[in-house]
Amino acid sequence: MTQINVRVDGASYQDDVEPRTLLVHYLREQLGKVGTVVGCDTSNCGACTVHLDGHAVKSCTVLAVQADGCQVTTIEGVATGEGPTATLHPVQRAFHEMHGLQCGFCTPGMIMASIDLLEENPDPSDEEVREGIEGNLCRCTGYQNIVRAVRQAAAEMSGTAADDPKAEPAAVDTAAAEHVAVQA
Amino acid sequence: MIPAPFAYARPTTVEEALQAIADGGEDVKVLAGGQSLIPVMRLRLAAPETVVDLTRVEGLRGVREEGDQLVVGAMTTHADVLTDPLLARYGQLVVQATETVADRQVRRRGTFGGALAHADPAGDLPAVALALDAEFVIAGSGGRRTVAAADFFVDYLTTVLEEGELLVEIRLPKLGEDWGVRYEKFNRVAQAWSIVAVAAAVRREGGRIAEARIGLTNMGPTPLRASATEAALVGVDVSMETVTAAAAQAAEGTSPSNDLNAQADYRQHLAQVLTRRAVAAAAGL
Ligand SMILES: Cc1cc2nc3c(=O)[nH]c(=O)nc-3n(C[C@H](O)[C@H](O)[C@H](O)COP(=O)(O)OP(=O)(O)OC[C@H]3O[C@@H](n4cnc5c(N)ncnc54)[C@H](O)[C@@H]3O)c2cc1C
Ligand code: FES
Ligand code: FES
Repeated sequence: MTQINVRVDGASYQDDVEPRTLLVHYLREQLGKVGTVVGCDTSNCGACTVHLDGHAVKSCTVLAVQADGCQVTTIEGVATGEGPTATLHPVQRAFHEMHGLQCGFCTPGMIMASIDLLEENPDPSDEEVREGIEGNLCRCTGYQNIVRAVRQAAAEMSGTAADDPKAEPAAVDTAAAEHVAVQA
Repeated sequence: MIPAPFAYARPTTVEEALQAIADGGEDVKVLAGGQSLIPVMRLRLAAPETVVDLTRVEGLRGVREEGDQLVVGAMTTHADVLTDPLLARYGQLVVQATETVADRQVRRRGTFGGALAHADPAGDLPAVALALDAEFVIAGSGGRRTVAAADFFVDYLTTVLEEGELLVEIRLPKLGEDWGVRYEKFNRVAQAWSIVAVAAAVRREGGRIAEARIGLTNMGPTPLRASATEAALVGVDVSMETVTAAAAQAAEGTSPSNDLNAQADYRQHLAQVLTRRAVAAAAGL
């Protein structure tokens, strides 16, 4: 066992971990932060993305011991406030409003990668969003509404949201589509 | 899956790291960015007795200038490469190739030295290092030695690094404004490895090509130079015709593999096409 000191979502932890423990398993199993999920065994899917010292990494491809002395932010730490009164992060809100998810499994990782992208590039084009989240795979959405969500969040974060004519989820030709669009 | 158990060492100097490797038992692995090693350990394709983590070793990360060379520390991450001012000025070929590596999360942790030491034939940086005649500075218990890129890559996933040795820095020539460069990568989906890629650097003197350096990714078990094309380009007028004619020799002496992505003959075709594109772009056409 090796002792580590980490700050996760604003709280400090001191724990003993086996060196082989992956950061994602430490977060989920030792800290109960199950918002971060595991989607693959090959470091491809990005579902496990968290921020390590402010930048997106795949937490299945970092050892927990490597996070010693670092700050970790998970999807559970991006909203402000807690419980029902919490205010969602603009990227979380945009995924909701733009219908940027279906099953939602990829969503925590998508949001964490997108926040990292927007910090580097506050006004990305569709192409730049697609490249920025290329490390995150989604089996459901076809990415269209994810790209819209990220651009909507970018506009909101820079205060230009109301003028953005594209700020609508993609039209979908299923029976549920209208209902969903109204919900948003 | 979770890696098999191992002992973990986190040295802070190169000397301590070498000692930790020496003390680590039979099967010791050095951990750099972990973006190749951790997946391999998760799949239990590697189960080292000891892992020596280089993350905290001082002095291995960053880029500096020494005369007409750039010295890149082995632990400089791909993300560092993309924002480094010296590389932006003198090392655009490295920057362009690094932009195509994996995805932003992997580039945040993966390192320049790790990608070279790993020596995956489909990896993007070995061919760049070879094209630039990089020098590899290796530390061992007996001191340091410097190895030319042409001698560094030995075989599939194999370099001259001996057990107990560490790659500490990579020295690259500074390419000035008379050089043009281009990395042309062919792959089919996001975050995918190269099916074939070509790294080209071309120095022009007036309307002629004075010097050309061309590295090939994934055209054999190690990165290769397109030597016949390089020779054919020296002294020619810069035109699409001369470049196309020279690029037709790009696959000479290569031995690409057959796999699910491509057959060998298709890879040889790709090498010619990508060489034409890379050289044309590097020559300013
Ligand atoms: C999803 C995904 C996609 C990828 N796509 C690409 C791609 O398109 N192109 C590409 O080029 N790469 C790609 N990679 C690999 C990536 O570039 C890795 O960063 C790189 O291959 C290994 O670097 P690392 O620092 O992570 O090394 P590690 O994984 O830590 O180490 C790799 C190997 O090198 C040895 N090693 C590392 N550093 C040293 C040193 N200083 N001295 C001696 N030995 C050392 C280790 O012992 C180990 O055997 C991808 C990786 C992933 C997970
Ligand atoms: S679980 Fe980490 S990349 Fe898939
Ligand atoms: S919403 Fe199901 S995987 Fe993306």
